[in-house]
Amino acid sequence: MSAKQAKKSLWDARIVRKALLDSLIKLNPRTMMKNPVMFVVEVGSVVTTVLLIKDVVQRSAGFGFDLQITLWLWFTVVFANFAEAMAEGRGKAQAEALRRAKSETTANRLLPDGRTEIIAGSRLRTGDLVLVTAGEVIPGDGDIVEGVASVDESAITGESAPVIREAGGDRCAVTGGTRVLSDQIKVKISSNPGETFLDRMIALVEGAERQKTPNEIALNILLAGLTVIFLLAVVTLQPFAIYSGAPQTIFVLVSLLVCLIPTTIGGLLSAIGIAGMDRLVQHNVLAMSGRAVEAAGDVDTLLLDKTGTITLGNRQATDFIAAPGVSNDQLADAAQLSSLPDETPEGRSIVVLAKEKFNLRGRDLSSNPATFVPFSAQTRMSGVNFDGRMIRKGASDSIRKYLEQNGSFLPKEVQATVETIARSGGTPLVVAENNRALGVVELKDIVKGGIRDRFAQLRSMGIRTIMITGDNPLTAAAIAREAGVDDFLAQATPKDKMDLIRKEQGEGKLVAMTGDGTNDAPALAQADVGVAMNTGTQAAKEAGNMVDLDSNPTKLLEIVEIGKQLLMTRGSLTTFSIANDVAKYFAIIPAMFAGKFAVLNALNIMKLATPQSAVLSAVIFNALIIIALIPLALRGVQYKAMSAEALLRRNLLIYGLGGVVAPFIGIKAIDILVRSLGLA
Amino acid sequence: MTINGWLQILCFFAVVLLLTKPMGVFMARVFSRERTFLDPVLRPMERLLYRVTRVDESREMRWTEYSIAMLLFSVVSMLALYFLQRTQQWLPFNPQKFGAVAQDLAFNTSASFTTNTNWQFYTGEQVMSYLTQMAGLAYHNFMSAAVGIALAVAFIRGISRREKGTLGNFWVDITRATLWILVPLSIISGLVLVSQGVIQNFRPYDTVKLVEPQQVQKLGQDGKPVLDSSGKPVMETVREELIAQGPIASQEAIKELGTNGGGFLNANSSHPFENPTPFSNFFEIVLIFTIPAGLTYTLGRFTGSQKHGWAVFAAMAVLFFAGVTVAYWAESRGNPLLAGADQHASLMQSGGNMEGKEVRFGIANSALFATVTTDASCGAVNSWHDSFTPLGGLVPLVNIMLGEIVFGGVGAGMYGILMFVVLSVFIAGLMVGRTPEYLGKKIEAYDVKMAMLYVLIFPLMILVLSGISSLLPQGLATLTNSGPHGLSEILYAFTSGTGNNGSAFGGLGANRWYNLTMGITMLVGRFLMIIPMLAVAGNLAQKKLVPPSPGTFPVTTPLFTVLLVSVILIVGALTFFPALSLGPVLEHLLMNTGKTF
Repeated sequence: MSAKQAKKSLWDARIVRKALLDSLIKLNPRTMMKNPVMFVVEVGSVVTTVLLIKDVVQRSAGFGFDLQITLWLWFTVVFANFAEAMAEGRGKAQAEALRRAKSETTANRLLPDGRTEIIAGSRLRTGDLVLVTAGEVIPGDGDIVEGVASVDESAITGESAPVIREAGGDRCAVTGGTRVLSDQIKVKISSNPGETFLDRMIALVEGAERQKTPNEIALNILLAGLTVIFLLAVVTLQPFAIYSGAPQTIFVLVSLLVCLIPTTIGGLLSAIGIAGMDRLVQHNVLAMSGRAVEAAGDVDTLLLDKTGTITLGNRQATDFIAAPGVSNDQLADAAQLSSLPDETPEGRSIVVLAKEKFNLRGRDLSSNPATFVPFSAQTRMSGVNFDGRMIRKGASDSIRKYLEQNGSFLPKEVQATVETIARSGGTPLVVAENNRALGVVELKDIVKGGIRDRFAQLRSMGIRTIMITGDNPLTAAAIAREAGVDDFLAQATPKDKMDLIRKEQGEGKLVAMTGDGTNDAPALAQADVGVAMNTGTQAAKEAGNMVDLDSNPTKLLEIVEIGKQLLMTRGSLTTFSIANDVAKYFAIIPAMFAGKFAVLNALNIMKLATPQSAVLSAVIFNALIIIALIPLALRGVQYKAMSAEALLRRNLLIYGLGGVVAPFIGIKAIDILVRSLGLA
Repeated sequence: MTINGWLQILCFFAVVLLLTKPMGVFMARVFSRERTFLDPVLRPMERLLYRVTRVDESREMRWTEYSIAMLLFSVVSMLALYFLQRTQQWLPFNPQKFGAVAQDLAFNTSASFTTNTNWQFYTGEQVMSYLTQMAGLAYHNFMSAAVGIALAVAFIRGISRREKGTLGNFWVDITRATLWILVPLSIISGLVLVSQGVIQNFRPYDTVKLVEPQQVQKLGQDGKPVLDSSGKPVMETVREELIAQGPIASQEAIKELGTNGGGFLNANSSHPFENPTPFSNFFEIVLIFTIPAGLTYTLGRFTGSQKHGWAVFAAMAVLFFAGVTVAYWAESRGNPLLAGADQHASLMQSGGNMEGKEVRFGIANSALFATVTTDASCGAVNSWHDSFTPLGGLVPLVNIMLGEIVFGGVGAGMYGILMFVVLSVFIAGLMVGRTPEYLGKKIEAYDVKMAMLYVLIFPLMILVLSGISSLLPQGLATLTNSGPHGLSEILYAFTSGTGNNGSAFGGLGANRWYNLTMGITMLVGRFLMIIPMLAVAGNLAQKKLVPPSPGTFPVTTPLFTVLLVSVILIVGALTFFPALSLGPVLEHLLMNTGKTF
């Protein structure tokens, strides 16, 4: 996974240059008004600027100090804008590349007679077949129907290493705008113009800052409320100061106000939100809304498909165990025959095993009329009718049902084998020919390394994992035990899945799941976080609220972490921002009144040199801390799987206590610098 | 500080701790309409009341209806008190023949007693008839307390209910609060106080001959000393003294129990007729905390998380001990300007700063009373806060500024701290990476908005009105001290008013400006804070309950208590630090250099 996180430098020169310009454009009050905290800073800056002009006209003595204060106030606003522009820039950089890919493509459309014609990529419709050769750009989203190719998907994923895409199986989907590096493939287009991933991604990245998520709105209200409180505290300080015989200049009052209101979080808030979406995109996940990302952090229950998530992709055939009176050769032959047209990895592994063990070669079925009976979720069987032989393979109970329907039965010995295999965690596949059970093929799941620890972490975070599998309860229990999931749903039909989600939601829980089939679509829509695989069907992709371009179901775990990280970053920086105020009070209040009441120097615990240097240092610190925290805002605070209690203790120590201590050190250091440079 | 002093403080806290559970359980039963041992007597009375007033006791109210009922009730009660004061000269039980109370003062007093503030810009024994005291002021002492309890219970219901739109019935809640809780406890407490010597009669005032004639400064019509031509005060000889009488014990009990604080007599609980003995003093302080402490247990009962109730109790306890420690330390340290005098505590003297304190209470019990009365929104006093050392006086002021959530006013303290809990949980929730939840209820934008409105009222009223008063001639006209001490006096008045405390720093005389602004302050500080609070309650009540998991931040642990205390301190400190630094803090620093005001 880590390889996928585009290791773009945080301070990419081009993005920085663009962001600098954008941060000035964003000074437009109409834009600023959307952020009440920073708007107050901008108004303060305008006020001091006007007074500064008066200073110049009247040749006032304090001009040097006033000028510096005014400049730093403007810097504060610009820095906040810069943070937002940086976050947007990083997202937009990807969108730009995407858009270029989009406009240039042409397609070799296959005509029904086998000839090709060259048309613009934008004219392709769902169902069109196109031919893409090495070096060409794939003109639209679709599925490979023929061929294998290595594809450079960096335009979408940012990952430069090519990936293999091939017809059939999990890796058949290709995305428009990516480039074929080798070979030739035939692609069936699956989306109309304007509905492609390119279009969605561009809309997503560009729209990221427009819609605020529920928690962001709540936080904004909190910040606006705090701003009003500080506004009252500072505005009413002037009458108290006049009463005490020590009236203050507007420059000092505005400085105090700007230092107190939560500019750190106010300035970084939208950057955090945009960066959260960006992090998802870097993990090759497209979220349809910011709301979905936030919901991911709240998830209580994860429904995980066994295959590909918990176990290593696919089950592999490991053994043939024939029924009494049937030779292993006979069983292997029937099993291989029935699996020949079966493009699934399990099917292939049976063919391969038969070949390796019994030296049975794959035969060409096209010479004889053979009908392939595809697997369906209802019958839960597949097979082939060939040369008068009706071969079926499937789970033991579906085969038993099939045999009983045809007046036969499943022998006891076969049943015993099935149970032995199932109990050991394998998957038994019963093979029947005509009315006779031939024996069992043992398929084995290999549980992914490290997945057990992962689930343990999730448990400590309070997230329950439920494994979904089509296996029988015995098999499911064995794998569940091995993988360490909290619960499992065996022999799951789409309806069972749906019922499970409804039940969990009825208890007030938030449910996340992954899915790829059309059958999964209703459950994906019902789940609070539904992640569809890119290789999945169009229906699945439309039902979910996220799409994983890598089609990696384990990604759900990362999505949850990104969601949590997003909220944690906001909460931590809010705490940090407010905690900072303590030190700022101790810098500015004595500076304001020590001139009149020398005893108030007792509050000057940082021993700042002069009142001017104290105020200036606090304002400079307040501005610079925004810049200093941009990397944290863009990367997110470090996330560790632990209980909420432990997590809170940790973050309170770092951002709460740290937030109290850091400015004492920072302001003192700046004060020394300001003095040594003779600025105040 | 002495060991004896600390033992008394700890003993007080131990009694409060012991009372918390029985009070909490009893109140929980009363408000969930379970049977109590008082039912045989009270239930028929309650039924009769509902039949007469035509209240359907089974009908539940949404938060809006609950608010309207509460406002209507308060407005009518307030008007009744206003007209009672304006017409007392024609009404019975007025042996001293007091005239009508002045318009602005009558407004101020009605607002003050309706809002459970009991700020008194008058001298009780010189202005109010016995009828006004009993039918007007004592009535409000009961009713404003009952309203407070009802509101706290409504808020607790809001937290504990799931997917329900209602918060209970306001009329039933105040009836039960009065009949089951306030009246029985007041009767018992009144008798206990009488046993200590608190008086209860309807006699005209006694005139007694002084043992020794006194030379005092003659006061003019304006209350200021009359000066002769050379600018010296004119002296006069006093041979007789008028001693106030009245039905004091009955009012004294509810004054503390309902955290009202309005004394029958001007000297409040420092007067021997209100608070004669060290035991009566101890008893009165305990009464102040009885209901507020009990409500923390009721919270635990209702929400099904007794640990959460104790965690909230713990946060209150931490803040209580912080306050009382500073106040006791500052007062027993004495006055640095009297460095030559012996200010040590010994068998023969209390030591420390005894100015404005009663000898029979001493330093520890005065510091304790001042802390408790401002932790709660009581406002009764047994010593003069104005005469405390600057840091000692800072404690009551800060206690009120924090929102009186350290046990707090009856009911008001509970819903006040719960609003802080909502904010704490919001921050904590974000920090652990989940949409914030409080006991399974998601805290969303609407709740945060209302909580912030609630928090905003304090700085808005206190800072803005103090700021204006510190510049206006009307604001400075009746100020008896200058400099930072004068600023503390103004700040304290508006803080006490907004916080519905009612204790006075003193040193600030009544005039039209203060009568009106303080009246408005008290009304805003009560009702404009209740409405957003009930809005949160109503909104929480209808939310789904999310089951707790290790991923939800627990509100039952010491960490939660620490967080809650920090949020309360930080919000309070950040709001008021600038003002305080020019008031008590500056005064303290200047005092150390020998300058006083």
